[in-house]
Amino acid sequence: MDVTSPAFKENAARALDDAQLQRALGNIRHGFVEKRRVAADALPEFEQLRDEAKAIKDHTLAHLDLYLEAFCETVEARGGTVTFAETAYDARRAVLDICREHEAKTVTKAKSMVSEEIELNRYLKKKGIAPVETDLGEYILQIRDEAPSHIIAPAIHLNRDQIEADFRRVHTHLPNERDLAEPATLLGEARTILRQKFLTADVGVTGANFLVAETGSAVIVTNEGNADLTQSLPKVHIVVASIEKVVPTLEDAATLLRVLARSATGQDMSVYTTMATGPRREGDPDGPEAFHVVLVDNGRSGMIGTDFQEMLRCIRCGACMNHCPVYHAVGGHTYGWVYPGPMGSVLTPSLVGVDQAGQLPNASTFCGRCESVCPVRIPLPKLMRHWREDEFARHLQPRAARTGLGAWAFLARRPRAYRMLTGLAARALSLAGGTKGRLSSLPLAGGWTKHRDLPAPAPRTFMADWKARRGA
Amino acid sequence: MSAVPDDSAAPPRVGLFVTCLVDLFRPAVGFATVKLLEDAGCTVEVPEAQTCCGQPAFNSGDRATTTAIARQVIEAFEEFDYVVVPSGSCGGMVSRHYVELFAHDPEWHGRAEALAAKTYELVSFLVDVRGVDAVASRFEGGVTYHDSCSGLRELSIKAQPRKLLESVDGLTLAEMEDAEVCCGFGGTFCVKYPDISNEMVERKVASIEASGAGTVLAGDLGCLMNIAGKLSRKGSPVAARHVAEVLAGMGDAPAIAAGRKG
Repeated sequence: MDVTSPAFKENAARALDDAQLQRALGNIRHGFVEKRRVAADALPEFEQLRDEAKAIKDHTLAHLDLYLEAFCETVEARGGTVTFAETAYDARRAVLDICREHEAKTVTKAKSMVSEEIELNRYLKKKGIAPVETDLGEYILQIRDEAPSHIIAPAIHLNRDQIEADFRRVHTHLPNERDLAEPATLLGEARTILRQKFLTADVGVTGANFLVAETGSAVIVTNEGNADLTQSLPKVHIVVASIEKVVPTLEDAATLLRVLARSATGQDMSVYTTMATGPRREGDPDGPEAFHVVLVDNGRSGMIGTDFQEMLRCIRCGACMNHCPVYHAVGGHTYGWVYPGPMGSVLTPSLVGVDQAGQLPNASTFCGRCESVCPVRIPLPKLMRHWREDEFARHLQPRAARTGLGAWAFLARRPRAYRMLTGLAARALSLAGGTKGRLSSLPLAGGWTKHRDLPAPAPRTFMADWKARRGA
Repeated sequence: MSAVPDDSAAPPRVGLFVTCLVDLFRPAVGFATVKLLEDAGCTVEVPEAQTCCGQPAFNSGDRATTTAIARQVIEAFEEFDYVVVPSGSCGGMVSRHYVELFAHDPEWHGRAEALAAKTYELVSFLVDVRGVDAVASRFEGGVTYHDSCSGLRELSIKAQPRKLLESVDGLTLAEMEDAEVCCGFGGTFCVKYPDISNEMVERKVASIEASGAGTVLAGDLGCLMNIAGKLSRKGSPVAARHVAEVLAGMGDAPAIAAGRKG
């Protein structure tokens, strides 16, 4: 996926002007927020579960090498294989090699953000293999040739009319006069088309919400059941998952599942929670003949031992973006890469470089709503601030901002000079505000006055007035 | 730590950290704060050496400047029994983030911790530390209260201002939808990303107007200047004030961004 994060501001301007997108974003602002609140409130131990979830991830990350090794051993003991992929290229290449080994022509895919990260679809297509997304939202995006705008609700930026138009454009073998006015009829049509794909696919690729070291299982949750059909019908199941998905035990995975769906959609559990453990055994009624896991690093091991290690706790619930007023304003595509919202604003600079993605951690008011709902208590504002520190140290910020900050910092450290200057500023601004008490434009303050008035100060600062009234 | 005030004890000495925005833009908030603190049995002093808490540098990634300013604040305020700030954002900076800054400096870390332990945002100090549960004040009309982000999420300020507002004669509180959602100020955010900030403050102002209240109150002047500036640009009749002004009975002065003669 091309990185358009450097154009964040332009992307944002476009998104703010897009009336259709703004209508679609309205659904996120309240729906997800209210559902999560109800689900969390209904569980007295929810806050404690968040602590436990955080502790499980912290412990695993502290011993990640050991748990990855253990996971490999258990997968192999059950007849599966594990491939470590250091880069995105290594990962998509590993998937291609497995597909070729099995002479695959078509691949069904369940929703997986890491497969977006490694650009799997584009690559397989180029190599003559047809990938088919089977999550409804992802399927819609695939026929539109668009990227997801949300990590759990990939097509949330679209409305029903657009989807109907896409289905009519692509499903030309179906009668033109068919009724697609209801979401249910759209769903029915997608289901009919995908059912055929499920039955004929040679390979099924899924992501994983958790990898269990104890059992060698890949845990996958969906609400549509498409991951189950993706992984049990074809001869080959490939799990593509990033290294931080591993947890020690099934019990740990169960604890994390308790916070995952509640934080994401407000459900107690997702509709389908499936554990895939190795290929079909003798006597199993179904399941793939081969089971492969591709473990993707792609920059994550470099985060271990740094300020950003905490980001690897993320379980991709999407609560941070569901609650983010900046995301609500501009939507997911504005962030310009795979991961949007607050989690993307921390992770994207780690994975593609802060020189590319530096806008993201700056485009936050640090309101802290993301951190307040994160099921694994990632201090997202603090980590975004760490990126700003990194940019500051590397002189990556605009010169005007640095100069302004420098001048202000000089004064802030010299109270007497500061006093003199604020005294002058108060008088000047107060005068400029006149009897209206506000300024509608001000040199060098266009960022402020473009959209709002600047309240004019009183003619004298508090410090001066206090001294005058109380002596000192 | 949050001792119930004891009338027989000497009044606590409170250092007022007035904040850079109140100092320059709204001195009335400073005087309202002094009145509320004195009414709550404190003696108030205003150290000369204060400028700003350092947040603009901190959130711009300039740790060296932030640390230098933090030292200056610690030196100016550590002699007091309490430090009170009429802002959740600056209060959170002193009581939460200074400690982080000095994680690797044992001497200053200790001093930062000591200061953090006695630093409070104004309204939470009145309610949680001084045990104030009512104010002798009058304000005619409906108000709605915006929960500023840092105060709400870093300092758990939610019930305290509402509790004191309920005791104000003539005042009715009308909650707005999404009172806890950011107004889009965010310090330098509002000038770095003016269009996104505008979208956020437009929504905030729409919630405020939908509440039907004639006045919006908050505990942070940054948010209030943003909200007041937007209300004024829209030509909205809704007035914006710092909560301290209303609690201190100073709610009849011109509102933020309003003209001096009405």
